[in-house]
Amino acid sequence: MTATLIILAVIMGSVVFWLIRQTINVQPWAEEGPIGQHHAGGPLSIPAVKIGLVAFLAVASSLFSLFISAYFQRMDYGDWTPLIEPSVLWVNTVLLILSSVFFQRARNAAIKSQVSKVKVNLLIAGLFTFAFIVGQLWAWQGLYDAGYFLTSNPANSFFYVLTAIHALHILGGLWVWSKTVFKIQNKTEVHKIRVSVELCTIYWHFLLLVWLVLFALLLST
Amino acid sequence: MAHVALADEGQHLAHPKTWIGAYVWSQDHKIIGIQYILTATAVGVVALVLSFMMRLQLGFPGAFDLIQPSEYYQAVTMHGMIMIVFMLTAFFLGGFGNILVPLMCGARDMAFPFMNMLSYWVYLLSVIVVCASFFVPEGPTGAGWTLYPPQAITEGTAGADWGIVCMTVSLGLFVVAFTMGGLNYVTTAFQARTRGMTLMRMPLSVWGIIMATILGLLAFPALLVSVIMMTLDKTLGTSFFIPAISSLGENLSHDGGSPILFQHLFWFFGHPEVYIVALPAFGIVSDLISTHARKNIFGYRMMVWALVAIGGLSFIVWAHHMYVSGMNPYFGFFFATTTLIIAVPTAIKVYNWVLTLWQGNIHLNVPMLFAIGFVFTFIHGGITGLFLGNVVVDVPLSDTYFVVGHFHMVMGVSPFLVVFGGIYHWFPLLTGRMLNDTMGKIHFWMTFLGTYAIYLPMHYIGILGVPRRYYANGSTEFLPDSVQAANVSITIAALIVGTAQFLFIINLVWSIFKGKKSERNPWRATSLEWQTEDYPPKHGNWGPELPVCHRWAYSYSVPGAIEDFIPQTEEPSENTKGDVH
Repeated sequence: MTATLIILAVIMGSVVFWLIRQTINVQPWAEEGPIGQHHAGGPLSIPAVKIGLVAFLAVASSLFSLFISAYFQRMDYGDWTPLIEPSVLWVNTVLLILSSVFFQRARNAAIKSQVSKVKVNLLIAGLFTFAFIVGQLWAWQGLYDAGYFLTSNPANSFFYVLTAIHALHILGGLWVWSKTVFKIQNKTEVHKIRVSVELCTIYWHFLLLVWLVLFALLLST
Repeated sequence: MAHVALADEGQHLAHPKTWIGAYVWSQDHKIIGIQYILTATAVGVVALVLSFMMRLQLGFPGAFDLIQPSEYYQAVTMHGMIMIVFMLTAFFLGGFGNILVPLMCGARDMAFPFMNMLSYWVYLLSVIVVCASFFVPEGPTGAGWTLYPPQAITEGTAGADWGIVCMTVSLGLFVVAFTMGGLNYVTTAFQARTRGMTLMRMPLSVWGIIMATILGLLAFPALLVSVIMMTLDKTLGTSFFIPAISSLGENLSHDGGSPILFQHLFWFFGHPEVYIVALPAFGIVSDLISTHARKNIFGYRMMVWALVAIGGLSFIVWAHHMYVSGMNPYFGFFFATTTLIIAVPTAIKVYNWVLTLWQGNIHLNVPMLFAIGFVFTFIHGGITGLFLGNVVVDVPLSDTYFVVGHFHMVMGVSPFLVVFGGIYHWFPLLTGRMLNDTMGKIHFWMTFLGTYAIYLPMHYIGILGVPRRYYANGSTEFLPDSVQAANVSITIAALIVGTAQFLFIINLVWSIFKGKKSERNPWRATSLEWQTEDYPPKHGNWGPELPVCHRWAYSYSVPGAIEDFIPQTEEPSENTKGDVH
């Protein structure tokens, strides 16, 4: 469970560090009167959706780290036979990196309120992501054709489960992406588009990071 | 000046126009909280009836044809899982969390009301799926609430086909529901507090709920991972957890899986789960004791940091549930040490509750009775936890009734007493009526004394070596006849205590319609939920302006003040003479 404990230590450590900064030297029993929003311990002045997303990323980090911990523990048993990762995974990795790059470009354009540029970059990012999903299915098909079935070895089982869970997260992201595209089509206010694009970008960067970790794990074991 | 807090920015509350919109598909956090409470209570009653079945078998073995070994194990399993996950977790976080967090923080609603509503409906779906397992072929799983493989999914265990799949699917749904709710509680508490409501002015109820939510958000994925793998092992034939095994004389196709891996994942969720139930109880009981003793909570900062410390430590004690699993003995030493360390912040909280009571103006009304009752049962359950945390003591006591007695005292009875105390305390806020006092006191004394009649003898028979999860003890050399006499006595006490809970439900229903009208803020409490413009509060909670918080939530019996409490909303000059401190 080392991988999980490290991730949780980072998350809990961040929470505790933030709490210490908010609560140190505060004597609530001795203070009266309203205290301004930006006083230590006041509410956070970032959008609720962003806090919600960061909290969700913590949940997802915990989920993936637990899968990785389980992977390491199960690997120690004698029946583990590593599979040969299909080469299409390299192409898929490049596709996901490109989608992340275009999300970043969309975000930069959103900050400058260049809505048409946001739209183009967002659509390209979405296309690369769809291509990534298709590529992952291609990888599954390749493994299946080569006789690497889900149940024939725990290494295979983990490969299918890890890639499936990651793809499910991507599909969830694509749903939010489609809502964002819809917002642009409907000419929603720019600041709302900006928030949506920023959230998508953070989420895609996170899923890219998760994929890079998973891919490195699969390649190295 | 009208103040627009962050809570108001960009949040447009959808005021419902129809009855269905207001009470069924509601996005109002209070209604969603009540929906959670009603559903959790309903499923809790199912679990209570299952415990009657178990006790009848143990008290009077073989007297009831209805209760055969399979049914007994199914009752044990469903009682445990329903009570821990679908009842207590849902009640504290879905129920109290929904009702209290926005009100106590001075927000109009949760940060994401639609997702909050969705959280309840997915929770309800999970409850329906778990209850559906009573009606599938062979009935629900009888694997024990820990669902250990391989026996959970191999033939010979009750519900090894449909039952276990219903259970894993319902748990997966529950995790999804909890995550949607949990993201709301955390975001609301961190971002949507009203002006002046700094972190260190938050009531401890909110602190407890938020810390438990953070634990849940990080720990429930472990349950999700384990049930996903278990479902794949069962349905598609993978071998994550199932080793090469022969079942009923036939070799199964599984090979090489690790049951210990499941135990690690399960308890990585399972132990924080204890605190997911306990931390909200700690927070709520702190507020009950302070309010009804008319005294500020002793050591507020310590209480906050004890919650944080317990939360952090709860992630590194999980393997104390696995001392007899055959793991490396050095791990046992490590986990025994961390288990004993977690007793320190826990003890700080107990001392502070007692010191808050010390020389307080104690009002022995029903919520206070339950709060004090909690301190008793929690101390007893906690101390036996110290026994079991030590490897050398745990090994002989493992899987005996000593363990059953311990965990029922510490995470069964204790949180339930807080649930009851909380309901008696906040019922007037939600309904505008008081619960019947006499029925409440009868309910308390029957529950409090009755639980001791149930669980103290369990410790005794556990030390004698009576194993848990046995359908019948039969005749054994090492068990004296007094064990059976104790079992009869426990069963009678359990039936009486169980029946007393129906008195509570009658009180609830009767009081909603016929209860004495409650005056505004009947307990003369300081926290924001009692200071709303409408009483009971309507959708949106506050009037045109959000409240402004001027002080912490524990200004009771302040020297020089005109009254023995100063609400958080009161400006410094109105009710105080000079400094508060």
